[in-house]
Amino acid sequence: MTMATSRRRTAQQTLASLGFAAIIVAGCAAPGAVATTPPASAPPAAESTEPSASASAVASVPDCGTEPVKLNIYHETISELMPQLSAEFTKQYPNVTFDLKSDAFANATANLPRLLSGDNPPDISRAAQLIDLAKDGLLLNLDPYATAYGWDAWPQAQFESVRINEDFKRGSGSIIAWPVNPSTVGVFYNKDLAAQIGMTEPPKTVEEFDALLAKAKAAGLQPIMEWNASTSGGGLAFPLQNLMAAYGDHTKINEWVYLKEGATIDTPEFLQAAKKLEEWIKAGYFPEDVNAIEYSDAAGRFGKGEGVFTFNGDWQNGGYNTDLPGKVGFFTFPESVGQSAGVTYVIAAKSKNPDCAAFFLNWAWTNEKAREIDVAVGGASPGGPPDGSVPSVPEGSVTAETLAAGAAVNANSGAMDFIANATSSIFFESWTPDLQKLVGGRITPEELLKNAQEHWTTSQ
Amino acid sequence: MSAPASPSITTRRTPRLLRGVRRDHLVGWLFVVPALGFYVMFVLQPLVLSFQYSFYDWNGVGVATWVGLDNYATVFSDEELLNAIFNAFKLIFFFSVIPVTVGLVTASIIRGAARGRFGTVSRTVLFLPQVIPLVAAGIMWNWVLAKSGTVNQILSAVGLGEITRAWLGDFDWALAAVGVIGVWVLLGLITLLLLTGMSKIDPALFEAARIDGASAWSEFRHITVPGVRNELAVCLTITVIAALSAFDVIYISTNGGPGFATLVPGLKIYILAFVSRDVGTASALAIVLMLLVLVTILPIQRLVRESDS
Repeated sequence: MTMATSRRRTAQQTLASLGFAAIIVAGCAAPGAVATTPPASAPPAAESTEPSASASAVASVPDCGTEPVKLNIYHETISELMPQLSAEFTKQYPNVTFDLKSDAFANATANLPRLLSGDNPPDISRAAQLIDLAKDGLLLNLDPYATAYGWDAWPQAQFESVRINEDFKRGSGSIIAWPVNPSTVGVFYNKDLAAQIGMTEPPKTVEEFDALLAKAKAAGLQPIMEWNASTSGGGLAFPLQNLMAAYGDHTKINEWVYLKEGATIDTPEFLQAAKKLEEWIKAGYFPEDVNAIEYSDAAGRFGKGEGVFTFNGDWQNGGYNTDLPGKVGFFTFPESVGQSAGVTYVIAAKSKNPDCAAFFLNWAWTNEKAREIDVAVGGASPGGPPDGSVPSVPEGSVTAETLAAGAAVNANSGAMDFIANATSSIFFESWTPDLQKLVGGRITPEELLKNAQEHWTTSQ
Repeated sequence: MSAPASPSITTRRTPRLLRGVRRDHLVGWLFVVPALGFYVMFVLQPLVLSFQYSFYDWNGVGVATWVGLDNYATVFSDEELLNAIFNAFKLIFFFSVIPVTVGLVTASIIRGAARGRFGTVSRTVLFLPQVIPLVAAGIMWNWVLAKSGTVNQILSAVGLGEITRAWLGDFDWALAAVGVIGVWVLLGLITLLLLTGMSKIDPALFEAARIDGASAWSEFRHITVPGVRNELAVCLTITVIAALSAFDVIYISTNGGPGFATLVPGLKIYILAFVSRDVGTASALAIVLMLLVLVTILPIQRLVRESDS
């Protein structure tokens, strides 16, 4: 009996340990190297930035052909752009159907690398962090399509933020994403409240802005409505960046966002901006509970008339037009300089229908019906060709003002990319917690910039 | 059931592995296999893989490089990570101490005084937080704890207007505010578990005590608490694990902020793996967290076993 028991136990133990051993053996190779596909491990730059190599793979003017094609699209849940564009496209090209999947922005950003590295990646995806994806060889080089569709002859500023070079720095090199509807961030204002504090035209200097904020505070109004809760990300990055552009040179900010070697945000000019932001915080120009305010709360409270100003982007136009029709104005600060970057979509390197995907994206820029959708949904000029029509929007709506401001920014070459987008973790790991600490008086403006610069260096 | 495979078990060709296994045990094993398969696939394999990943510098997609113990060195030297681990231990007070203490008292009150409909209603109300999806609950709590929320309205009404604040956005109070949400989530579960344990205590004991003139307090101390000792151990184990590996409550209410005031290891692992794309350090922190949980849980188990014998 005892022997039988002990033998049984041995057998069980053997079974168990064998199972365990199998798992350990199975997991023994280095994780990345197990990847079944070569593109992930091959140096992607050498492969994808060679225009001649890929150019041959593209037909003279690629399109969707006549055979049935199904395009898979992975987009941001709150954006209606892809659902509406795809429906219109199927009307015009009945052989093309779509399978749309979406996630909230933060989840989509987290899932995308794994989706793109899988064997059946979405053909077109919304991607905000381009560099890491490009380093892993997950993005299709769009240069051949740029040549085929004549994007080369269009205004090139719109492509600056989606170009990436051999060293994986943005700003020059090959086009790896489709930037549409460059959204403009600036200052929205409540026209009634602005009139109340005697604002007749948008402030042009920091001093003028200061004076208006002080008047608003004295009048018992909430001078600026903003969000800064971790769940939404630090919204104070918007006023900070606008102040940085007011004190310093916005092209220096772009160099920093594009990870240009030797770029720094820790300069005397930008420090002045951070100090001014701290001054605004201490003066009570932001809501006292700003660290607990989420994006949707801030947008909603501004819409209910709480706040003379709010720093936000034109994607919120729809909400403001509904909440305060005809009563919201918009200006960029400083004048004709604004945080403005296209909403970027990428084609997967492993896409099964790259030509049709590219044709669809080009169509979305050039087709008149598509451009109407772009403006209606995106609230911004779609970009694209210089002669592209910009559909008319209702006079007096805030969209009319953001469109005009966006055009002025472009004419001035005043577009700058978001400081939150420099590296994939800098917004959550540096800007957001540190801006909250600045509100709470736990760090100095000097530390804010020093920490951001350190994170910029270590997280590339 | 008996037909297949039976002869082969006893023949010489039986695989060496199975030689000691009797037929009825083999059938037993067959029953276990599906569950075991899932367990191996979804518990053991991720565990082993995490352990392996923790020795690499890997972004989850590209090529991984072996870095030895570097990731562990990061975990133990990074002030922010240590702060996260420290926060998790502070949460034990809210996730474990308060729910178990209050749950014990509540359960014994419900057992003693609230039979019938009132008992059912109070059980349902207390258990409700377990049924409500946590994401919905998180949004509700964001409102309740906001600057103009219910908590502050009540405080103002009773003349405590000057201590009102945006609780989830306050550096000193955010962790406690998150803890209160944890109490709300766990209290009902703990109460119900303890109530079930109390229903197993022989009512004759309470009767005898009452005849002997024991007070409610000595009834509670000498009959109720010893009677639910095992349930208490289960409750402590569950809640301590919930505190140390907290993620969902914090993810939806504060996302670690303000600053890093409510950052906990569970959330940090997520941020490292999916935002910073540093799977190696995330895995190392996960392994350290697992060991911390084990080290904290084992004494609780031993405590119960000792008092058992």
